[in-house]
Amino acid sequence: MSAYTVEIRVMPRASLLDPQGQAVQHALQALGFRDVASVRAGKHLVVEVDAPTRDEAAARARTMCDRLLANPVTEDYECIVSP
Amino acid sequence: MHRVAVVVFPGSNCDADTLDAARAAGSDAYYVWHRDTDLQRADAVILPGGFSYGDYLRSGAIARFSPVLGAVAEHARAGGAVLGICNGFQILCEAGLLPGALMRNARLKFLSRPVRVRVAATDTPFTRSYARGEELTLPIAHGDGRYVADAETAAVLEANGQVVLRYVGENPNGSTHDIAGVCSAGRNVVGIMPHPERRMAPALGGQDGARIFLSLEARNATQHAGGDMRAVDGRHLRV
Repeated sequence: MSAYTVEIRVMPRASLLDPQGQAVQHALQALGFRDVASVRAGKHLVVEVDAPTRDEAAARARTMCDRLLANPVTEDYECIVSP
Repeated sequence: MHRVAVVVFPGSNCDADTLDAARAAGSDAYYVWHRDTDLQRADAVILPGGFSYGDYLRSGAIARFSPVLGAVAEHARAGGAVLGICNGFQILCEAGLLPGALMRNARLKFLSRPVRVRVAATDTPFTRSYARGEELTLPIAHGDGRYVADAETAAVLEANGQVVLRYVGENPNGSTHDIAGVCSAGRNVVGIMPHPERRMAPALGGQDGARIFLSLEARNATQHAGGDMRAVDGRHLRV
């Protein structure tokens, strides 16, 4: 078993309204960042997991996302394992 | 008299009002702690409003793994009546007992005020004492009340008449199809964002919510009351 760090990015599905991202976008534009075309806000989770292989660590993380960390109706996720 | 289990999660805050509303309607209502797995022969289960587990991660996401939810799912699968109010609705969606999900209000603000809703389905255990198309004033109190379902799911909900309550006049949170409440395909599981327990007596500003709870008792009392339920089990609504 080795220790892996899995960075998990959970984002609201692109087709859905993201009022949080929009509010941040408006605030940035109000600060003068006129070049901001869009902002989307999601979650970033860092999970330390013990697994026999890197692939196994990624598989465990995906199962965690499917079961709890992401809502399959509204969110997409991505898992990046290191080292 | 029906046995009504009101589930209490850490962070529930409408449990006492919900228990009172069910008792006022003539039900034998009692609390069930979220760690319990015995619903004590409940005829109906109500998941009350609040902020279970601080609404961390997503509203209802952690509560759905409470031990009691296994018993609630089993009760629902057997055709038992289940009502989720506000956070309870969010939990039922997270648990997959109702379709769709509830996301952050479109304009982000936490909304706590009365809204107008229309009763769109009366063939559920919790709305049978209303008339179809009847308009009600009920309070909402939520930050995550925007009902979201993909186009296919929304079409199925509409085709099957699974929309139970719909916002009228204004859509306060950006919900798909103005949806304020839905039921399962079997019609026994109902989730609504408004709080009927906060509008069930004249002292609370109105009693449009009372029949949500009276509907349960009405199943036995007067099966064909036709929506104008004024006396149930010897208890009268003051109009």
